[in-house]
Amino acid sequence: MVKNTYFNIFISFFKIGLFTFGGGYAMMRVMEKEFVDNKKWMDSKSMLELLAISQSTPGPFAINSATYIGYQQKKVWGSVAATLGVVLPSFFLIILISIFLEAFSTNVYIQNVLKGINAGVAVLIFQAWFSLSKNIGVTAINIILMAIGFFISLFIPSFSVIYLILITAMFAIIYGLIRNRGQVDVDVN
Amino acid sequence: MSMLIELVKLFLIFFKVGLFTFGGGYAMIPLIRNEVVGAGYLSLMQVDQFIGIAESTPGPFAINIATFVGYNSYGVFGSILATLGVVLPSFIIIISIAIFSAKILKAKPVQNALSWINPLTLGLILSAGVSVVINAIFGGMDGLVAFDADYIGLTIFGVILLLSLFVKKINPIILILLSGILGLIGYSIF
Repeated sequence: MVKNTYFNIFISFFKIGLFTFGGGYAMMRVMEKEFVDNKKWMDSKSMLELLAISQSTPGPFAINSATYIGYQQKKVWGSVAATLGVVLPSFFLIILISIFLEAFSTNVYIQNVLKGINAGVAVLIFQAWFSLSKNIGVTAINIILMAIGFFISLFIPSFSVIYLILITAMFAIIYGLIRNRGQVDVDVN
Repeated sequence: MSMLIELVKLFLIFFKVGLFTFGGGYAMIPLIRNEVVGAGYLSLMQVDQFIGIAESTPGPFAINIATFVGYNSYGVFGSILATLGVVLPSFIIIISIAIFSAKILKAKPVQNALSWINPLTLGLILSAGVSVVINAIFGGMDGLVAFDADYIGLTIFGVILLLSLFVKKINPIILILLSGILGLIGYSIF
């Protein structure tokens, strides 16, 4: 386990902020490598929980996860170090781009690099999916839920993820209550 | 004085964006577009042009556009203020959750909810992967139906996929850098 100084936290998240392409999910793979495999600050299961927390709270996944992991390592100042780290790369890059807007959007070589990255990061998303999937059992209910998440977000992208999660949570809690009541009844008998 | 009011307004608009954008990624674009265009910071065309740029720069979209709008309107100070505004809501909410997370996560109803949300979330990740493939390689659903592939993109995807399968321990950052290099070579030559 790598010592978690503020500086270490900052650098880790700076790295993650710098390589966040493809809308957040690809960075999960980079985070997994950094925090689960290398630094051993968390396990793959907590990673999945972090994702669930992040998706049911406002704000981008990058910020949510930085704040959360930073806090777990070094309380509030750890959060500050992590969030600052994950934000700064975009911050500098965007200011740079704002200054050279024309040059950036018309430079064919930059665009070619970025087109390549866009095609490649898809692999990272599948990797993250594959390794996180090991945390859940292959049961009928899990497969159905995964299919619901997959098809709704692919074919009805306008359907807000937060509603999907809230509805799922509600049914899960109701299902849990019914199941528990069933068990209590058995106990009584 | 009016300058101060303008800066507070900029901060508040991005605070609102940070507070009301769930799910991250591109789901938040309509709300951001309304706020930024409504407040007169950018025209609709400028926002759409920026979306194109943001798609190809690292970092969350909300942060990128906050920095961009802040810089365009009030220079570096404006960009700091707007970025702070968009970050603060998540920061405050997540810290409050993190403080109680050990207790919250162990509560029975939360455990029940998570046991269903986790597979659902995995479905969302899978769909994100598939839609990146569809958009980056086929240029959208229509391209997929017609199998009108960008063969250079498809090749890059294939090479990176094979590499990730055979060299399991490979650092994802290496894969991103390699994709960029392959893009530079592939698209510049062919």
